[in-house]
Amino acid sequence: MRKVLMVAAVLSAMAIPALASDAGLIKVSKGNVQIERNGAKMAAPVGASVQASDVIMTGADGSAGITFTDNSLVSVGPNTVFAIDKYRFDSTTHAGEFEGSLKKGRLAAISGKMVKASPESMKIRTPSAIMGVRGTEFVVQVDEEKK
Amino acid sequence: MNLFAVFLLAILLASFVRAPEKAPELFAVLPARDGHVGAIVVKGPGSEKVINEAYATVRISGASQTDGSLSETQVREMFGSTLDALPGSPASFMLYFLEGKDELTPESQAEMDKVFSELKRRPLPDIVVIGHTDTVGTLEFNDKLSLARAQRMREILIFLGLPAERIQAAGRGKRELLIQTEDNVSEERNRRVEISVR
Repeated sequence: MRKVLMVAAVLSAMAIPALASDAGLIKVSKGNVQIERNGAKMAAPVGASVQASDVIMTGADGSAGITFTDNSLVSVGPNTVFAIDKYRFDSTTHAGEFEGSLKKGRLAAISGKMVKASPESMKIRTPSAIMGVRGTEFVVQVDEEKK
Repeated sequence: MNLFAVFLLAILLASFVRAPEKAPELFAVLPARDGHVGAIVVKGPGSEKVINEAYATVRISGASQTDGSLSETQVREMFGSTLDALPGSPASFMLYFLEGKDELTPESQAEMDKVFSELKRRPLPDIVVIGHTDTVGTLEFNDKLSLARAQRMREILIFLGLPAERIQAAGRGKRELLIQTEDNVSEERNRRVEISVR
């Protein structure tokens, strides 16, 4: 029981409400990481919730990792802007859709239960292309425009 | 001065003052942690391309799209800090109840200890309790039953001191059998609750 209480103490010390409507949680946050929601920018520490239509932004020293409710894992590197355009996931049927846009920077991802149930339910847009995800691990880079 | 040299110089200069191209893009498939290689489909300015080999790439620059590949070292150089930020894969634990009781089997008690040590290893753990049933009954009935089992397990975890807001419950009904059976077959190994720690 002591072990249980210790874990409970560790968990509750960092308890930030996670709502059922959340698309995911920030699990890794290094350097400057921000979330833009409804036009307002806020810091995105570990434990912050991520919702559909959020935009994740990192500075030159920033990187962040997000676990989505369908167990998709997505990380962004430095100088990145990644918008979550659509996200929904049914935990009973595993049906859902995940559409994100990488405007610039770097992204790595491991697809989750939604893609396993229906390939290409996860899509990543870039300025020049759209990518459908059929399975597991991949990376995408959009360089900044060189002038 | 040689007229040809002037001509070459002009071409060279022209190539420097060309309008900036649209940002180059790169897509690559990586082998997963278990070695599995998946696939992505890129629809860019060129033809639709399926990439399904480890480290295979599609590059897009302006209107041109080219296939290629990267070495593992190049991927590290380009995506090192990005890949390092990927959260750990969720860990899954299977728990079984003694028949007719809300008490775990002795094996599941031991499994519960593993759940708690996994929680301690993670920076900000959250839990999904997923209920499963055997194939006795309708889809709707089992969806509800599995959710009820998951919710009961969630209450047990809250009783043990875990914060309620960190635990979600889900019911998969008979959609994800551990042991494949015909419909309407009683199978205790399918009547289980899965705890996913992530």
